[in-house]
Amino acid sequence: MSATKYESQLREPLVNGNKTYGQVTQDIVHTIEAKPTRLWYIGFYISVALLMFGAYSVYREVTYGIGQWNVNRTIGWGWDITNFVWWVGIGHAGTLISAILLLFRQGWRTGVNRAAEAMTIFAVMCAGQFPIFHMGRVWLAFFTLPYPNTRGPLWPNFNSPLLWDVFAISTYFTVSLLFWYSGLLPDLATVRDRAKTKIRKHLYGVASFGWSGSTKHWQRHESLSLVLAGLSTPLVLSVHTIVSFDFATSVVPGWHTTIFPPYFVAGAIFSGFAMVQTLMLILRKVMGLHDYITLGHIEAMNKVIVLTGSIVGCAYLTELFMAWYSQVPFEQDIFFKYRIAGPYGWSYWLMMTCNVVSPQLFWFTKLRRNVLFTFIMSIVVNIGMWFERFVIIVSSLYRDYLPSSWSIYYRPTIWEVGFYLGTFGLFFTCFFLFSKYFPVIAIAEIKYVLKGTGESFKNEMEGLESKQLDAFVEEMHHGHHEEGTVKIAHH
Amino acid sequence: MALKKFVVGCFEDEKVLFPAVAKVRKAGYKFHDIYTPFPVHGLDSAMGLRETSIHTAGFLYGLVGTTTAVTFMTWVFTKDWPVNIGGKPNFALPAWIPITFELTVLCAAVGMVLTFCYICQLAPFVKKHTFHARATDDLFVMVIECGEKTNEDELKALLTSVGAQEVNTQIAEEGWWIGRYDQEQSLYKEPNIA
Repeated sequence: MSATKYESQLREPLVNGNKTYGQVTQDIVHTIEAKPTRLWYIGFYISVALLMFGAYSVYREVTYGIGQWNVNRTIGWGWDITNFVWWVGIGHAGTLISAILLLFRQGWRTGVNRAAEAMTIFAVMCAGQFPIFHMGRVWLAFFTLPYPNTRGPLWPNFNSPLLWDVFAISTYFTVSLLFWYSGLLPDLATVRDRAKTKIRKHLYGVASFGWSGSTKHWQRHESLSLVLAGLSTPLVLSVHTIVSFDFATSVVPGWHTTIFPPYFVAGAIFSGFAMVQTLMLILRKVMGLHDYITLGHIEAMNKVIVLTGSIVGCAYLTELFMAWYSQVPFEQDIFFKYRIAGPYGWSYWLMMTCNVVSPQLFWFTKLRRNVLFTFIMSIVVNIGMWFERFVIIVSSLYRDYLPSSWSIYYRPTIWEVGFYLGTFGLFFTCFFLFSKYFPVIAIAEIKYVLKGTGESFKNEMEGLESKQLDAFVEEMHHGHHEEGTVKIAHH
Repeated sequence: MALKKFVVGCFEDEKVLFPAVAKVRKAGYKFHDIYTPFPVHGLDSAMGLRETSIHTAGFLYGLVGTTTAVTFMTWVFTKDWPVNIGGKPNFALPAWIPITFELTVLCAAVGMVLTFCYICQLAPFVKKHTFHARATDDLFVMVIECGEKTNEDELKALLTSVGAQEVNTQIAEEGWWIGRYDQEQSLYKEPNIA
């Protein structure tokens, strides 16, 4: 059966080492069953400490008001919305890997999709904090929801991109969570059925919803995954499009441009893949998952990074060109006086270097397959993408139409920075817990691709090619013959 | 809810499983189920299961979302509380596309997952009998229900002959119940099996 399945010999195996199904389970589940390493504890405690600092920063902001931050009447969005857009963007890679690459039948996604989806969920959780706490009176955040109220009822403005954001982000979070968890069910059942301790058996029994692996359930599960992937694909594009609408539908120079939706989506995928690389390289090292997250996976993701990085670079240049070509003095001033040059010029050039120049190095195969270089690059890209949002927000706001409201220089307070660090704490605390208590690689999906693309199968295929046709036919015939005699003997 | 008798055959390789499924079907036995650690393509049709129509349900949920969003926003902005925003039309369909789309996706996804859980009887605290603990690891577990006329020994011999590595008989609850996986199954003190 498997001999008829077409698989190119030029592709490298997705799973290294001659693995059996049982070994795959063992390799991935043993990290859940073993005690966490020292490194895990150190990382976890640092994350929790950051989270605590963030919680205190937020506490101050809620108690004393937005004045705890240095945002002002001119630069109203500052670090806060920069961080929001940055985190949402990071989330996009997870959905891209789990949904779009599923539709495109990219086999390599199976090694990284589970952790990438988890990353999406945690990143969106972090992102959501920023607009919510930016409201100032956070206890009234539910005013954004259209519910029958005693104020009329007064409805939110459905024509406002800020309300679209509420719908987009909450839908995105919900759908990603459902997609992720429905995929987790079979793997949690695997952990449950291997569990040696009572408490683990009980907890994973509850979490796996009583999954049994029935053929009918698998059939429905596959159909569900496919439809959820089909829904998530336009969803992920819509989410960052809507985020870009927050800017593009305004009349602020530098924001008021039709290029924003594709430019933001490409940037989101770009930064998201960089974050996936950062996490995967750590996970691979700490958990010893070299056979599942191979150099092939890393290279494939680096190819996505160089593609989306180039799209982003193209968008930057297009913006500059359009500012000149439009002959609108405000646009020209923003771009050529206050972005490229001016007090924030350094952030523009930092963004350009990190996002446009440095990813071009990934055209070299050697660098694409270099783990250390990839790791450094993944961090460089995310620094660059943070500065992209900073440049867009701050450099467009600090010199707007009214010179009397121009702001000299904006720098964040410690509580503003603390809030950002706190979301790092939240993100990594969640990720550490996830890597300890959940299968970080989709076990069932790996088993599904194992026979078709694993190293053992590749070797078998090579053997087939070198064998003489006659010998092959003979062997096949002989095999059938043997099977037949066994049957007769038992009857 | 009743206890029943099942004959269980475990296979280690899907290459052996497929011919075995065909032979067992041909011999006239009816599968209770085949439990696999991952989706085995073609097994559903080999077993004679029909295609799932869960995607159709998803489409209908999506339609519900679309209709809800459009009618609600229309009602709010044209009937309940029309607001003059710079003289723009109250019925601003293009501006509602994002929310309509998001609600469509949300309803379709949530509805489908809930339907999936409902028809597969999946929920926290639901317990089903585990025929073999390695069914979620590396074994393909074929389960055949014994009727009154089933010759158990013959069936076991058949399963062995088609390549099952391990064959046994189990008395189990066929459906689901609320229970805990860390506790042994003890639904009835005396199983009423003939």
